[in-house]
Amino acid sequence: MLIIGAGGAGLRAAVEGLKQGVKVLIVTKSLLGKAHTVMAEGGIAAALGNVDKEDNWKVHFVDTYVEGVYLGDWRFSEKLAKDAPERVLELEEYGALFDRNADGKILQRAFGAHTYRRLCHVGDKTGLELIRTLQDKVIHSDASFLEEIMITKIVTDGGRVKGAIGLDLKTGEFYSISAKGIIIASGGLGRIYKVTSNSWESTGDGLTLAFEAGAELMDLEMVQFHPTGMIWPPAIRGLLVTEGVRGDGGLLYNTKGERFMLRYSPQKKELDARDVVARSIYREIMEGRGTEHGGVYLDISYKGAKFIHEKLPSMYMQYKEFSGVDITKEKMEVAPTTHYHMGGIKVDAETNQTVVSGLFAAGEAATGLHGANRLGGNSLADLLVFGKRTGEEAAKFAKNAKLTRIAGNEASAEVDRVLSFLQVKDPVNPYEVFEKLRETMSSNVGIWRNEDGLNKALAEIAELKKVAGNVGVSGSTKFNPGLVTALEVQGLLNIAEMLVTAARERKESRGAHYRQDYPELRKEWRKNIVFVRKQDGGFTMRFDPVPELPPELKALLSKEEQENV
Amino acid sequence: MSDKVTISIKRSDPSKGEAPHFVDYEVPTQEGMVVLDAVHYIENNIDPTLSVRWNCKAARCGSCSAEVNGLPRLMCKTRVDKMGSKISIEPMRAYPVVKDLVTNVSHNWEIAKRIPPFTPKPNLPKPWKIAAIDITRSKEFRTCIECFLCQDVCHVIREHESNYLGPKHMVKVAALDMHPLDSIDRSGFLHTEGGVGFCNITKCCQNICPEGIHITDNAIIPEKERVVNEFYDPIGILIHRRKKK
Ligand SMILES: Cc1cc2nc3c(=O)[nH]c(=O)nc-3n(C[C@H](O)[C@H](O)[C@H](O)COP(=O)(O)OP(=O)(O)OC[C@H]3O[C@@H](n4cnc5c(N)ncnc54)[C@H](O)[C@@H]3O)c2cc1C
Ligand code: SF4
Ligand code: SF4
Ligand code: FES
Repeated sequence: MLIIGAGGAGLRAAVEGLKQGVKVLIVTKSLLGKAHTVMAEGGIAAALGNVDKEDNWKVHFVDTYVEGVYLGDWRFSEKLAKDAPERVLELEEYGALFDRNADGKILQRAFGAHTYRRLCHVGDKTGLELIRTLQDKVIHSDASFLEEIMITKIVTDGGRVKGAIGLDLKTGEFYSISAKGIIIASGGLGRIYKVTSNSWESTGDGLTLAFEAGAELMDLEMVQFHPTGMIWPPAIRGLLVTEGVRGDGGLLYNTKGERFMLRYSPQKKELDARDVVARSIYREIMEGRGTEHGGVYLDISYKGAKFIHEKLPSMYMQYKEFSGVDITKEKMEVAPTTHYHMGGIKVDAETNQTVVSGLFAAGEAATGLHGANRLGGNSLADLLVFGKRTGEEAAKFAKNAKLTRIAGNEASAEVDRVLSFLQVKDPVNPYEVFEKLRETMSSNVGIWRNEDGLNKALAEIAELKKVAGNVGVSGSTKFNPGLVTALEVQGLLNIAEMLVTAARERKESRGAHYRQDYPELRKEWRKNIVFVRKQDGGFTMRFDPVPELPPELKALLSKEEQENV
Repeated sequence: MSDKVTISIKRSDPSKGEAPHFVDYEVPTQEGMVVLDAVHYIENNIDPTLSVRWNCKAARCGSCSAEVNGLPRLMCKTRVDKMGSKISIEPMRAYPVVKDLVTNVSHNWEIAKRIPPFTPKPNLPKPWKIAAIDITRSKEFRTCIECFLCQDVCHVIREHESNYLGPKHMVKVAALDMHPLDSIDRSGFLHTEGGVGFCNITKCCQNICPEGIHITDNAIIPEKERVVNEFYDPIGILIHRRKKK
């Protein structure tokens, strides 16, 4: 089987595929160990109950489901909450070394909207530990991996996968990879926005690949803005300030010295869900109580230097190096940044398979778990829990499937498409198109959305799509960043169009999706917007009701919460 | 700070027989700009075929290693305003160039594959218990972002004449050896296949590690001592064995 992506989801799936005894090939657009997952800071959510004994899977389930504002599929959140502890302990047995409690068990820290202290962590470098551990496991296995290969097409035949075509950035040559099963674990699309915490790879390639192959996309409008990104100097705008800062006691102030979260969220304060904190910060800035750079203050200095060096070393380094600010003495300046995509490829809740036979998806590229808002730490948990499940399911599938080879003409058609970008007369610079797209997304499809802005974004995307036909670059296929951008931007324009269409369609406010013109939650909108590809290229929309909670899970919700489902 | 800076990049494409040569680019500066921003400016506005490897732009992934004004640095962690008005950027010298600033570092996976992996002691009661204090030593080495800059500065590696693993891999071995629940002894491996004897503790690697890992002091020297104990000193063997139990 073929795994596209070597982040946490892809690597965990590989480990499982190997256990099942199938041949595994992992391809990644960057080098092994560099995927976006490496940047994850705060931790992995798992109800181990090591710090707060009261914690258990049921509470984790409720937190995840309710904070996703009833838009998630309970079958995913139930599995996440139940499996996460076992997956974390297993990762420890693979070699990960977590921070410890006084009694020697894994230490857990508080995070936004988690009822209990639940995040297993390795200082503020949890993602690094996770990816290294899994990477080592893969290196010492029979899995093959190909680095710096960009998959540009998934080849299908009669509704099932045959394989994929990819460009080797190192050599400029093409690969045609026939496979019985394919897992897309290609991460998110944060780079569609101008201000983002995401790495260059987060361009939603997997969504394009899946959609073109006939899979459905869902909840695309649900983009998470992390409350705290760096804002100054401009060159580092968007870089993440981990929620761990607030988890460990960081307090938010406006320029009047007011701890404004007491006003917006008297109960959960700085540790309310991300959408709530991000909107609160945004409002402070918009109403003139922000700093000259357009941010608010986040203060952890009162905890003292020793604590900060031990718990938040990366944050210390980040501010020291990039802003010249010593966070053990001074306040940080922060503003919201695009962070995570709750939407993505629609998959079956039992198998993580798409509607295309043999095509699976896991991790940030897939959707269904987080609903309208993702809790911190639930993504890494997602990677482990559903990486494993998907690896297992895809392997089972592959064992019973027959390999159909990709035909020569199928491969050469795709090669021609890629090469055509190098032969455009008077080409349009792909970066220019990409930048314009990012600008319009940031200004019109951000934290506050409204009909006018969304219409404007759609109009601009339509304009860009016209120009995009002429995007081209010079040079060869070998390590040509311009070519890579040209390929990415083609896909992103389509995804952006669907994303904005969904945002315009959803006339209510729910989780990360906030409409100034429709500020309330509306029960009749408790449905998922699904995009289906039309034969001729375009898309149609479908509105699926959210799967009903079974009575035993519904009983876990409070009376008020039950009103919403 | 002036509003422009000259970036001089060593470019080449060996597969086309293109010899390395420096090309100068004028780049407007912005407050807080890092060297990688300057390279991106060139890529986006002057020559989109300029090859550079990067990922996070946050000093987390270790992709953007290069020699900036001759110093091994992460381009995303090097402020332009600290490097003068003309900045040279070259690919790492220890590795074959793929194109422009991109090098082929895949040899490191072959080495990584040879290092005996984490092997926990058998029959540990679950869940594992580990005292907080026991993880501190290993933890330092686990912050390695695999930027390979230490490999790049190590003269033993640059000369390509020994089987020495190199500092990055010594850090890995130390991370494994100092895991409180690991059960195997890697000193035999280091002594023979690992070629640890070739390191003459110059500390060049330690001085440039962007993560500030004390590579020589905390990883290499203790590992060397273990090898010496194991292979040259019979009393050492006894002490060593007892410690492992
Ligand atoms: C700064 C930061 C901090 C975070 N902290 C936390 C945290 O503390 N806790 C938490 O739970 N979550 C956190 N997250 C979120 C979490 O890290 C991500 O959602 C998660 O790592 C995504 O993992 P993934 O395996 O789905 O994909 P990724 O790690 O994004 O990996 C994607 C892989 O797909 C490959 N790929 C993409 N396109 C192609 C293509 N066309 N061809 C071939 N390969 C391709 C890439 O090369 C890469 O290997 C954080 C995110 C950020 C940005
Ligand atoms: S201390 Fe050893 S490993 Fe480090 S640079 Fe010197 S010789 Fe190389
Ligand atoms: S030890 Fe330091 S210099 Fe060497 S690869 Fe790791 S982070 Fe880079
Ligand atoms: S781009 Fe990740 S370390 Fe520089």
